[in-house]
Amino acid sequence: MTPPAVAWIDHPAAVALAGRHRVRAWEAIPWLLALAFYFAFPKYLGFGTELLITILFALSLDLVLGYAGIVTLGQAAFFGAGAYTVGMLAKRGIWNEPITGLILAAAVAAAIGLGSGLVLLRTGGLTLLMLTLCTMALLEEAANLAHDYTGGFDGLDSLPIAPLLGRFEFNPLYPTTQYLYVLAVLFVCFVFVRTLVYSPFGQSLTGIRENTLRMHAVGAPVRRRLVLAYALSAAIAGVAGGIWAQANAYVNLGTLGLDRAATVLIILVLGGYGRLYGAFVGAVAYMALAHFLSKIYPTAWQLGLGLLLVVIALFARNGILGLTEAAARRLRAPRAIS
Amino acid sequence: MTAPLLETRALCRSFGALTAARDIDFSLEAGARHALIGPNGAGKTTFVNLLTGVIPPSSGAILMKGRDITRVDQARRVKLGIARTFQINRLFRRLSVLENVYIAVAERVGAAPSMLRPAGARRDVVDEAMQVLETLKLTADAGRRISELPYGRQRLVELAIALGLKPEILLLDEPAAGVPSAESHIILDAIDGLPRDIGVLIIDHDMDLVFRFAQRITVLVGGAVFATGTPREIGADPNVRAVYLGRAGHG
Repeated sequence: MTPPAVAWIDHPAAVALAGRHRVRAWEAIPWLLALAFYFAFPKYLGFGTELLITILFALSLDLVLGYAGIVTLGQAAFFGAGAYTVGMLAKRGIWNEPITGLILAAAVAAAIGLGSGLVLLRTGGLTLLMLTLCTMALLEEAANLAHDYTGGFDGLDSLPIAPLLGRFEFNPLYPTTQYLYVLAVLFVCFVFVRTLVYSPFGQSLTGIRENTLRMHAVGAPVRRRLVLAYALSAAIAGVAGGIWAQANAYVNLGTLGLDRAATVLIILVLGGYGRLYGAFVGAVAYMALAHFLSKIYPTAWQLGLGLLLVVIALFARNGILGLTEAAARRLRAPRAIS
Repeated sequence: MTAPLLETRALCRSFGALTAARDIDFSLEAGARHALIGPNGAGKTTFVNLLTGVIPPSSGAILMKGRDITRVDQARRVKLGIARTFQINRLFRRLSVLENVYIAVAERVGAAPSMLRPAGARRDVVDEAMQVLETLKLTADAGRRISELPYGRQRLVELAIALGLKPEILLLDEPAAGVPSAESHIILDAIDGLPRDIGVLIIDHDMDLVFRFAQRITVLVGGAVFATGTPREIGADPNVRAVYLGRAGHG
């Protein structure tokens, strides 16, 4: 076998495809900001930890919603599964080492994602949306009823989480360990998701999102790919939930609720889905807005958020990142026309 | 005599009371240029869906080179070498032309399940996708998004995706549908330039296109084969003229 005489590697389109996964210089910004936050706002590390966990959770949703095009309202099912895995194991004194705890949380969430995905992903559209919601509601009710194990409505508190690496205590008042731990886990998960979306597998997921029928026609095992993506996303959501339980030493029914699932969807739409960094931008924007709006107007701050969402849905379908991309294109356009 | 490339035997499909395919005996030879024509509702699309495995037949058999593939699912038929294009473009609209073909090639060579390597690192796939674009004279548009392309070019990408699958059997569902006549020569040239060894079945209304390419024509009426023959025979058949050409001859 001799290689073909013509190589296309020099063609601009081929170059773009071959190099699109390269790390750009600006991609360091969010991580530098996160580190700067640690030193600049030591009093707000609790807020910062919550923010980073929200980003991780939104990232898990971006994989299924933004890349594979699976519209789900039940992502919190996996967040809660991860949180309760960590919570129940720690409370009963079975397992409280944090890092392996997260791996267990990921495994449990992935198993639930795999099982439910095999059934749910036979459907699509509105049916799928309702079924994801139902799965989450079932889990929530199960957690509520299994009072002896889950603490029911009250949840499980004062979880005895072991020190990180046997050394660094999780102190709820000075969450320095939590912040850096969550940042490191977010980084690892982000690298994984980023690798995934730029791989041939990720490319085939976008293919399914763009045109499922055509993917069938090129011989792709569409459902298998979707179920796999769903389970991987569930694992990451499980990590987010598990780390939330560890950081707060606490787990309750709220981790499984519609509130959390809807919020993360809002965050992703706000930031821009299918863009990796939409999770970052959306989470920061949402939490900053929620913070300030609730200060200005404590009783009805969600009204402001709702109005903003209406505006986004009407005029900026691709979220904040979509707006910046459009602006950047417009700035470059005059040169490109000639 | 060897078995035909693709063959159907007494193929039937009903949707409730409607029989969309009735005892269809059909065969496509290697390297053939075969056309399937018929008035609207004759069951042409149903027939294509049966051949590609989108829907199962109610009865009858489909054979590829003598092997029964009636129960083989759609994805595996693609792997066996049956590719199709769609009457209405079904492309990955927000991806580049190159990425569209990349997806097809990656699927064929088994690169698609790979998760931990970047897509661009599969140089072989990129290379092959570019070669397909070259054969269709699409390289200049390789980096553009589908949504930015004129419709005629988009139809070519339909064809490029199918060719990326290296098919032995190519089903073209109205390849020039919706293309302005000023651009349609691009499509016709592309069909002209298809590798000779591929068996091509063209489903179309466009008589110019059909009579230009087809060596054999099958006329489908009411889900059943009404006539089969060379273009000359079909053109001269008074019954065909009566049911079909006479009524819908000038589209």
